Amino acid sequence: MTGTPKGSLLEVRGLKKHFPIRRGVFSRVSGYVRAVDGVDLALKQGETLGLVGESGSGKTTTGRCILRLIEPTGGSVLFDGVDLLGLSPAEMRKMRRQIQVIFQDPYSSLNPRMKVGSIVGEPLAIHKIARGTDREHRVADLLCKVGLDPMAMRRYPHEFSGGQRQRIGIARALALNPRLIICDEPVSALDVSVQAQVVNLLMDLQEEFSLTYLFIAHDLSVVEHISDRVAVMYLGKIVEVADAESLYRDPQHPYTRALLSAVPVPDPDAKPQRIALRGDLPSPADPPPGCAFHPRCPVAVEVCSRLEPKLLDSGGGHLASCHLVHPDGAGPPV
Amino acid sequence: MPLAPASMSPLLEVQDLRVEFDTPEGKSRAVNGVSFQIREGETLGLVGESGCGKSLTAMSVLRLIYPPGRIASGRILLRGRDLLTVSEPEIRKVRGNEIALIFQEPVAALNPVFTVGDQIAEAIRVHHKVSKKEALAEAVRLLRLVQIPDAERRVREYPHQMSGGMCQRVMIAMALSCKPSLIMADEPTTALDVTIQAEILDLLKRLKEEFRLSLLLISHNLGVIAGSADRVAVMYAGRIVEEAPVRVIFAAPKHPYTIGLLRSVPRLGETGRPARRRLYAIPGTVPDPYAPEAGCPFAPRCPDVMPDCRREDPRLLPLEGGHKVACFLHHPAHPSTGTATS
Repeated sequence: MTGTPKGSLLEVRGLKKHFPIRRGVFSRVSGYVRAVDGVDLALKQGETLGLVGESGSGKTTTGRCILRLIEPTGGSVLFDGVDLLGLSPAEMRKMRRQIQVIFQDPYSSLNPRMKVGSIVGEPLAIHKIARGTDREHRVADLLCKVGLDPMAMRRYPHEFSGGQRQRIGIARALALNPRLIICDEPVSALDVSVQAQVVNLLMDLQEEFSLTYLFIAHDLSVVEHISDRVAVMYLGKIVEVADAESLYRDPQHPYTRALLSAVPVPDPDAKPQRIALRGDLPSPADPPPGCAFHPRCPVAVEVCSRLEPKLLDSGGGHLASCHLVHPDGAGPPV
Repeated sequence: MPLAPASMSPLLEVQDLRVEFDTPEGKSRAVNGVSFQIREGETLGLVGESGCGKSLTAMSVLRLIYPPGRIASGRILLRGRDLLTVSEPEIRKVRGNEIALIFQEPVAALNPVFTVGDQIAEAIRVHHKVSKKEALAEAVRLLRLVQIPDAERRVREYPHQMSGGMCQRVMIAMALSCKPSLIMADEPTTALDVTIQAEILDLLKRLKEEFRLSLLLISHNLGVIAGSADRVAVMYAGRIVEEAPVRVIFAAPKHPYTIGLLRSVPRLGETGRPARRRLYAIPGTVPDPYAPEAGCPFAPRCPDVMPDCRREDPRLLPLEGGHKVACFLHHPAHPSTGTATS
């Protein structure tokens, strides 16, 4: 990102994760899957940054690298000025009090053999913050905060619906009073009516505890709803980032335009102006040269297959990486 | 949106279908008196949230309900013939041949150890006496029909060599292989990315026109339904609570559940929005299928609930214009009719 926004809580610079591909009896490394390939992000205190992209774009890997649940190959992750990648495991564990995560699948992210009280109280136990009745009080308080009956702590996860389980996951993430929460597709597995409840809850909690969210999702309408700013990922790279309003009203990158045009609209009279993309997502093990999007781009020109475009500002903090958008700042003709 | 098809004879008619599950926790009525029709060349969209019984309804049509589930009662008439009373060999002829099914997970629905060509050819040879060679040639033709590029080469590929979208095209090719009159597509695009989803929906629409197919499109995504269905049935807790032509259901929904569902969908690009509005959310959760309470199943969550709603379950009754709704607010005989605040 050009220039460092003042007061960033999280700043990711040149983040890379290359997974080795091993072949043969000796597991020789024959190549790399470039899941995340040079991602720059910045989050201000109290804001929500939406991270969207299709499956395989690297958005989940980015989230996990920030938490060091996956060790990044390169780059830096500055949290409140401290580079997380330079921390020892013990220091990182301490740091995780401030950075928590909510996972996509409320069915597999809660231990079925633990009671809800232990699940939500576990972070408090690990970090030796509260014990005994004090811990119990805190857990009851957290369950209330996420809209569950405190008596839920005596029950097991399977006794709850998907939406309620996601609330349990949120209570667990809140237990340590974190400053940043990485929400990895937190509502994708939920039904529409329940999804709305959880989105509202996340927005309320953000206000109450001045939380900062990195909201990873593939549903563009949900992301628009909850985010202050939105970043679009394609094949391990950010191709566009802007204020939510600006990105949805005036998308610059041809990929963002195609993505937005494909969202089905709940209105039978809507005339879809869909921009078709050719072919499938290329393999991140063998990304195309130049702009990674050029083989599928409806407006690609000769230079796109040779030179990789930079993520540049086209005014008002709206960044896009497309040869047709820069340098003149005008959008490509579609 | 195509106009309502001229032919009005129902191809499929489901009458008062009930599916029950007997489990140690008790008996649940997963499908509780569902009736609907699908006409020739028509797409009926079946919407509802997880557990409402929409997939079970489709599986019942082909008698694919296995213990502890069972079809307790009802009639399923395909061109007037009751599929619930025909013999096992008869229903096997119906499956794939007259009614084809497309599933949510295309990669899981295909057999990983056979080429896609072999799998399509097998589907053809189950129902028709043709040689393997002829069946494979037909498979290539079908792959072209579903717009798979380089069909001659890809017919020899295995499912893992294809993307999710390509696998779903193969599933559609397989569904078309025996020229069925009805395709039931159960969340056909839910596992796919939006750009691929749009392509698959376009393909289904085109094939439906071309072959005058009827389509039962099951989806939880109201956007998908809005773009593809002619008529829509909304399911809640094992019942159809509202049914109407697609424009009517989106422009003038009547049932409080349908209204709530439509309001809770975040919409793209509502410009001039105040930053980060709250979404409308239906309070509460779906009722426990093992502990059904008396009255309308939506009553505990309904903003317009009346005393009667907690005593009696409203039937699905017709209003004008092919609109049906199961709600006392709209029942002609009910004293409260017309007082709906929605």
